Amino acid sequence: MDFLTILQILDSTVRLATPLLLACLAGLYSERAGIFDIGLEGKILAAAFFSAAVAFASGSVWVGMLAGIAASMALAALHGVASITFRGNQLISGVAINFLAAGLTVVIAQTWFQQGGRTPQLAGDARFENIVLPGAATRIRDIAQQGPLGQLYSELISGHSIIVYVAFAIVPLTWWVLYRTRFGLRLRAVGENPAAVDTAGISVVGLRFAAVLIAGVLCGIAGAYLATALNAGFVKDMSAGRGFIALAALIFAKWRPWYALSACLLFGFFDAVGNRYQNIQLGEIIVPVQFMQALPYILVVIVLAGLVGKAIPPRAGGEPYVKER
Amino acid sequence: MDKMPKWADVILIPLISVVLALVVSGLVVALIGESPWRAMQVMVRGAFGSAYGWGYTLYYATNFIFTGLAVAVAFHARLFNIGGEGQAAIGGLGVAIILLNVAWPHWTIALIAALVFSAAFAAAWAAVPAYLQARRGSHIVITTIMFNYIASALLVYLLVNVFRVDGSMAPESARFAETVHLPGGGDFAGFLGFSATTPLNVSIFLALAACVLVWVLIWRTRLGYEIRSFGHSESAAVYAGISPYRITMITMLISGGLAGMMAINVVMGEAERLVLDFVEGAGFVGIAVALMGRSHPVGVVLAALLFGALYQGGAELQFEMPAISREMVVVIQALVILFTGALDNMVRMPMESLFLSLRRRREDAARKTPAE
Repeated sequence: MDFLTILQILDSTVRLATPLLLACLAGLYSERAGIFDIGLEGKILAAAFFSAAVAFASGSVWVGMLAGIAASMALAALHGVASITFRGNQLISGVAINFLAAGLTVVIAQTWFQQGGRTPQLAGDARFENIVLPGAATRIRDIAQQGPLGQLYSELISGHSIIVYVAFAIVPLTWWVLYRTRFGLRLRAVGENPAAVDTAGISVVGLRFAAVLIAGVLCGIAGAYLATALNAGFVKDMSAGRGFIALAALIFAKWRPWYALSACLLFGFFDAVGNRYQNIQLGEIIVPVQFMQALPYILVVIVLAGLVGKAIPPRAGGEPYVKER
Repeated sequence: MDKMPKWADVILIPLISVVLALVVSGLVVALIGESPWRAMQVMVRGAFGSAYGWGYTLYYATNFIFTGLAVAVAFHARLFNIGGEGQAAIGGLGVAIILLNVAWPHWTIALIAALVFSAAFAAAWAAVPAYLQARRGSHIVITTIMFNYIASALLVYLLVNVFRVDGSMAPESARFAETVHLPGGGDFAGFLGFSATTPLNVSIFLALAACVLVWVLIWRTRLGYEIRSFGHSESAAVYAGISPYRITMITMLISGGLAGMMAINVVMGEAERLVLDFVEGAGFVGIAVALMGRSHPVGVVLAALLFGALYQGGAELQFEMPAISREMVVVIQALVILFTGALDNMVRMPMESLFLSLRRRREDAARKTPAE
């Protein structure tokens, strides 16, 4: 395996890790505020459909992305109403949101486009273009002739859509918001001990809604990336479990932003390797592609089993807050 | 003092929630420019209008009774088993292994073996998340979701590499022997007009028997009492000498076993071989069924029948009104889960205050009458 091949795998790792990362950070905001979110998958799917559909209709990928974010935020608001306002079960609400998105996207796609639950192919301005950084080569023949550093720059660092760079920038931003701002402190506190936050005169409901809606925005970007950058249009169930892998990454990362980045890159790497090689031969043993696909889930189970470290969720996670009278 | 009479809690609130879910579904149909009234007529006729429709409705309902009971039993111990999908898939693996490797002389013996194997395989699959919850404190919802994906990958691997018939490209096992063919609706209820054109088979009686057994278990046995008290209050249960570890494990084993038995209906009864993705979301429908049926076997049967009708009616809908995609059924399922599960308080709170004010008015009236 030569250097360029490794770079190509890492390049597709970055592409595949981006939606995971955005969704994982979405889950991080929500769960750090004490609201479990297993509806990441549904929000990504809804955003993917609406961003592709609106980008096709308007011809502008940016308008499409706004529509995707709006759809995702609408589902997030529903989750908020069910689990914060009406103190319902957050897990059941998440399950409902996943099915709602899985069903509605296909039903609406069939009505709007009559193509069996998909949107038409997107092209031109209706898709996110890859950004070529200054001085980077784009053709594979030119890249192959560069030195190792040049190859690294042209193949791995340059040539991604804007969302990839934004997603990676959101990681330090999230760290800063969570650990260096007043809002972040309150957000973390409301996930650990909402009664204390309430006593300090800060609205638990308001903070939790803010967190849930931030999660909606991030899932919206993830969905838009999936349908308008990674692919050229929406197909049925295109999120393909990414919301759950993101959830797995979140647990793997123990609800911390920088660890989330590493976990998402790791899971993106599994995906990239699984895409490139059907079965991997390690000496005598052949690793089947299905094993690579199941690996993120297996790893999370191992982490949850406490074999590698211990994942302790935010203490008030999943519990609706009832004000004392 | 209860805020509401029991009938309101058990019947009225689920009914209002389901009606709300159906009304919103109707709105969705109206929004995409079709008549919800006509869609409902097509679905009702498709599901109940003929013996053929009934055959499919009851076949689907059989699946949903098993998966619904699985979720319901776990709910009684306040465990949310979202892994019915994976457990059923592994149950199917058990059915295929025992039916392919042993030459069964008669379907009755084969059915018993399939029952044992499907339940045992699925229970074993549920045991790991149960153990992790009970001993390691990792959340059962997360682990069962992960196990759904692992089960699906495992099944694909086994179908492609182990079960696939030589020379065939299709990822499915060989056909089971003719002797293990389960009698269909036409064989045991031909007088009602059922025929071999529907996949309805004797598994439906297993499902109904499972309902009775679950009722006996939950409300008439010591174990059921322990499960329910554990579900109501873990600390009280511990104080009463009930081991959380034991209850979590036993409940999840029963729950997983019930989900696995669903495979008998599909793998042994319908497909007569192990095929890819045979569960087709039935594990998740079980969540809606258990929520709607208030985790009671009678409620589960009624809810399973409703969802069986939705699935069969939805298939007919696709033929008669092509503008409405089959996925409309998933939307309805989502709305039922939303209204009966997550938004329960939205219906409950106003109903409680309504009943309280009714009672207050009655008490006021009673107080006034003797004074006059």
